[in-house]
Amino acid sequence: MTVEGWILIALFVAILLALAKPVGLWLFALYEGRRTPLHMVLGPVERGFYRLSGIDPNEDQSWRRYAVHMLIFNVALLLFTYVILRLQAVLPLNPQGLGPVSDHLAFNTAISFTANTNWQSYGGEATMSNLSQMLGLTIHNFLSAATGIALAFALFRGFARRSAAGIGNFWADVTRVTLYLLLPLCVVLAVFYIASGVPQTLAGPVDVTTLEGARQTLALGPVASQEAIKMLGTNGGGFFNANSAHPFESPTALTNLVQMLSIFLIGVGLTYTFGKAVGNTRQGWAILAAMMALFLAGTAIVYWQEAAGNPNLHALGVMGGNMEGKEVRFGIAASALFSVVTTAASCGAVNAMHDSFTPLGGMIPLFNMQLGEVVIGGVGAGIYGFLLFAILAVFVAGLMVGRTPEYVGKKIEGKEVKLAVLAIAVLPLIILSFTAIASVLDAGLAGPLNKGPHGFSEILYAFTSAVANNGSAFAGLTANTPFYNAMLGVAIWMGRFFVIVPMLAIAGSLAAKKYVPETAGSFPTTGPLWTGLLIGIVLIVGGLTFLPGLALGPIADHLAMIRGQLY
Amino acid sequence: MGSDLKTAFRPAISMTILFALLLGIAYPLAMTGVGQALFPSQANGSLITQDGKIIGSSVVGQAFVGERYFHTRPSAAGADGYDGLASSGSNLGPTSQALIDRVAADVEQKRAQGVTEAVPADMVTASGSGLDPDISPDAALAQVSRVSAARGLAQVDVRDLVERSIQRPLLGFLGEDRVNVLELNRQLDRLGSTTAR
Repeated sequence: MTVEGWILIALFVAILLALAKPVGLWLFALYEGRRTPLHMVLGPVERGFYRLSGIDPNEDQSWRRYAVHMLIFNVALLLFTYVILRLQAVLPLNPQGLGPVSDHLAFNTAISFTANTNWQSYGGEATMSNLSQMLGLTIHNFLSAATGIALAFALFRGFARRSAAGIGNFWADVTRVTLYLLLPLCVVLAVFYIASGVPQTLAGPVDVTTLEGARQTLALGPVASQEAIKMLGTNGGGFFNANSAHPFESPTALTNLVQMLSIFLIGVGLTYTFGKAVGNTRQGWAILAAMMALFLAGTAIVYWQEAAGNPNLHALGVMGGNMEGKEVRFGIAASALFSVVTTAASCGAVNAMHDSFTPLGGMIPLFNMQLGEVVIGGVGAGIYGFLLFAILAVFVAGLMVGRTPEYVGKKIEGKEVKLAVLAIAVLPLIILSFTAIASVLDAGLAGPLNKGPHGFSEILYAFTSAVANNGSAFAGLTANTPFYNAMLGVAIWMGRFFVIVPMLAIAGSLAAKKYVPETAGSFPTTGPLWTGLLIGIVLIVGGLTFLPGLALGPIADHLAMIRGQLY
Repeated sequence: MGSDLKTAFRPAISMTILFALLLGIAYPLAMTGVGQALFPSQANGSLITQDGKIIGSSVVGQAFVGERYFHTRPSAAGADGYDGLASSGSNLGPTSQALIDRVAADVEQKRAQGVTEAVPADMVTASGSGLDPDISPDAALAQVSRVSAARGLAQVDVRDLVERSIQRPLLGFLGEDRVNVLELNRQLDRLGSTTAR
């Protein structure tokens, strides 16, 4: 570990903390439906979209209507992308003349992009035409992110409103977030990426004759426009197979830093927006503090392990940290930091191959996802996931002091706690059962590249990443098979929507409740005691279930590595 | 519930089409236009032309196998490495026998090529993309004796060239010390021709 590495990590955190309030305030304006300076330019677009679609943006929707409209929209998007991918061979902007995407791969990819997961069963440059990348995939990067933020807004309204029937308007939330936040930021980011060396062209691959006279073909395409939203919307699906490790996706250490900041930017801002929505910004800071503590602990472990390196390589006379799967321009610190950021959020972009990390260095990304990606988390999904844990935390605190739990002015009763547990239980239930199935069937066992405990880690990582809607991989796993495409596709869908529906039910139930003023007997939900309790609940409820699985995978792998046992 | 469903279809279909036009067509095309107008070189892949031929991209690595050039890192992109249509890492885990065998073979080869010290990690590990354009300064310096012998150049000149080619981190901490191999090898070719003259 180096001083420069720690400066990078400190600077990263400092920039985010400084941006939390301005971004949070901007999001708050969108949450409230207020006018922003951008309305002058994009207001007509917004109104035109509503008019053409027969939408009344002022209609206050019940949680059921909000949920149904969200689901139907997502199904429409999914079908749209499935059709584009299947038909890409006959559609324009296909300079490589690629054939149609196979049915099981198109199924997997359409689901995965709809659900903000962006699992890459495909190798981008060899599978997807430029049109598929733009029309099939980029739109999901925007809309799955906007859906996540809209859902967070809906839950915020549940806490903030009093005796209300509705939780907002889904279409208005999605449209405003897309037009006034995601799109303008992406325009700025895309121009920055192009200036830094990320290609943006409709042309096909270019042939080069290398200095030694060999032939190399470089895939090009509209990369920068996809890259911008890929990170900002915590999507993570790369234009290229190697994702942000590819020099065309992230050519410099500066693009790498901007990408990491993009991943966390909206998630951090939303914690402030939450505080603002419930009328006490300290509520937001308390949540952010708990998230940051978990984040820094994870970063320290990965950085330490990766810098220490692989003793089996040292024995051969190799010096230095673990560089297998890492790029020289990023080095160990920025690769370790990126891996924690991308899995703490539901991004899943990678700038280094997690499969080749040291066992414990690779375990932290896995564990981050198993916690439900609530450490900052995906755009929207992180904060609503975390608020589910907050509901459990006040419930546990209420049991300890023998009072009905309250949170930010709302009584938390049996119904909310049951729904929260339901949403939280989805993760371990699907991850562990699907991993178990894949670990005994021949079709599942055919997947792993690595043998021994690391092979099991590859399977566990895949289902964890799918259900948690992350999309990063221990990419040695051969996942582009009917078995894995189908299993992972189903896992992704359940992981996304089996959490969202109970969460919206909580929002509806809370919105209908009266406000309960804070009294001397209320359990304070700001301050270090609360932050500590939150961390404890996240680790115990979210993490403990996975300990046996982690013992069989990364921990066994670590013990094998230090003993020099190879597979 | 029934009315919730019935009212959902029209906006769902209509908004899918409208957003597809805005985000899937207008946005990437506008960015392509802006990129091509303002930064044409970068937008087209930062290609380097030499003697009328495209010889590579300044941001993407390419394979070097001959004795006369500095070598890039091992690559898992495609069957032969540095395949620009198949970016990939090796994905081998830390306890993989295949990884240890590969590294052991590479270390042996480096020893045969005159690397006497501890081998820099990046020299015998595959990058994440398989297209890493850079190597560490240590990895470059370890190749000086081989390259200068193959070219009949003085070691001190080649070492000088490497040291001049080291790119430092932005602001001192952003990134790593590194050497762009294609750029270094192009300089090397020029060094050779000036000495010969």
